[in-house]
Amino acid sequence: MTSPGRAGGAVVIFEHVTKRYGPPGTPPAVDDLSLVIPAGEICVLVGPSGCGKTTTMRMINRLVEPTSGRITIDGQDVRDLPAVELRRGIGYVIQQVGLFPHLTVSENVAIVPRLLRWSEPRVRERVEELLELVGLEPGAYRGRYPASLSGGERQRVGVARALAADPPVMLMDEPFGAVDPILRDRLQNELLRLQAKVGKTIVFVTHDVDEAIKMADRVAILKRGGILAQFDTPGAILAAPASEFVEHFVGADRGLKRLSLAKVRDLRLIEPLIVRVGDARAELRRRMEADGTGYALLVDTADRPIGWVDAAELAADGSLTEEEATPGAPLLQPETTLRDALSTLLGSSVQLGVVTDERDRVLGLLSVDAISEVLRANVTVPRS
Amino acid sequence: MNDQPFFRIDWVIDNLDQIAGRVGEHLVMTGIAIGVGLLISFCLALLIRRVRPLYGPTIAITGALYSIPSLALFALLIPITGLSLLTAEIALVSYTLLILVRNIVAALDGVPAEVLDAADGMGFGALERLWRVELPIALPVIVAGIRIATVTTIGLVTVTSLIGLGGLGYLIVNTGINRFFATSIYTGVALSVALAVLADVGLERLQRWLTPWARAGQA
Repeated sequence: MTSPGRAGGAVVIFEHVTKRYGPPGTPPAVDDLSLVIPAGEICVLVGPSGCGKTTTMRMINRLVEPTSGRITIDGQDVRDLPAVELRRGIGYVIQQVGLFPHLTVSENVAIVPRLLRWSEPRVRERVEELLELVGLEPGAYRGRYPASLSGGERQRVGVARALAADPPVMLMDEPFGAVDPILRDRLQNELLRLQAKVGKTIVFVTHDVDEAIKMADRVAILKRGGILAQFDTPGAILAAPASEFVEHFVGADRGLKRLSLAKVRDLRLIEPLIVRVGDARAELRRRMEADGTGYALLVDTADRPIGWVDAAELAADGSLTEEEATPGAPLLQPETTLRDALSTLLGSSVQLGVVTDERDRVLGLLSVDAISEVLRANVTVPRS
Repeated sequence: MNDQPFFRIDWVIDNLDQIAGRVGEHLVMTGIAIGVGLLISFCLALLIRRVRPLYGPTIAITGALYSIPSLALFALLIPITGLSLLTAEIALVSYTLLILVRNIVAALDGVPAEVLDAADGMGFGALERLWRVELPIALPVIVAGIRIATVTTIGLVTVTSLIGLGGLGYLIVNTGINRFFATSIYTGVALSVALAVLADVGLERLQRWLTPWARAGQA
């Protein structure tokens, strides 16, 4: 059994796996699938509905039993263990989260450790650690019931619960399918950040190609009847689709989609002129003139952005107040893909985005020009 | 009779022991009926969940039981079980089944599918899942059914006075109607109603206490 805190995943291998829901002769849901999912990678199963992606995922923890073939985790056949025991060692996250409404947040996270009969002090310690990890302040969330949480908070608790016993493999079935696009982007970024720390083998099911390209180390594209159409890195699939089906499925805007392969953090950010409430206006004007942009970014005491200060509208003297800033800078995160960043920036009045870290502190600025330069250069940005 | 006062409080005071005994008997008879009814209904509900086609026939049979007049049911049972507590309880339990089976099945059906999927995916065994996930989530609806069944049963217990039992019904029929003594009737009726109301409120409190999470959404 794994110990808490030990990072790392396990290799998951499908060997000629077939699943038929009907009697022999009926068309299979998954057809002779062979796949090697390397340890510590995010493998996204993507395809149109009826392609068997969810069935494929559910065969790993035996919520669905294969008709034929073999699935192994770190060399061990999943059928060697009783199903219940196997599942306690695999993280499981679903679209509607499925938190237990009658248990508090901390009791929900503690479910698998308690099924595994961990000692109470160890369970409590682990719960606190996990709530911190998914960005929920334990003091504020520990004792709350799921009904009082927002959609995003529930999804975070769901991820914490799946990670609780530190399983080497996590299964995620459209985990962000039911949240709005802005929150989805944020949760995707959080998961990527988390994965950088925990290094699990994640099998992630989605029907959304953009999500697949963003999240995956490797993408398995399935077509109707559970046939593997292509299995490769997102870059390789976008650069060279293996078939007409794949080309059609990833869409005509492949060039634009390649922007999804690079993240905001891969570009050099512009360093903004940072000002704070209370700064002397005269001094400020001098700095803004020297800088040449005519704009400065007002931040609060925790370095979080408040808004833009325009040199032309600055009063002659005295000190700066919060009311002088115009809010509305689009916020970006280092994990945001360039494609999402571009569409965010094009959709806002200020085509200069503020990049912030996980505590909302300003890291720098990103302009549309910087992104279009990447497009123009048509060089492949090194994958992060 | 006409010279009798409307309500003889002195009779109540003189007979406090007897009245208290009848209240106790009433409660015990109700408790046995609900306890046994719950046990049978629970087994039936679990069976129905495994074999769904049994739901229709079960509801039809318990519905038929529910519709038999209690007098007729006693008439049918007395040759077999006599003028006994068993006769009374068979009738009382029969009347709880329809309400309880329906409520327990509905309560278990109401557990969200994604919660069950998550429970399976995390490695709950079938029994653990039932005991630790399904029942706690189904509890508010099950208790709602128990409340209805309890109030109904408290009313019905009085009818068993026809076979010499009856708890507070004894006060209504045997010392009341049969002897043309109004005070005893009023006492029996008032206490029976009071018991029903108290049981209903008490169970509602119990349910709130057991399921603090059910109100979290409104908090």
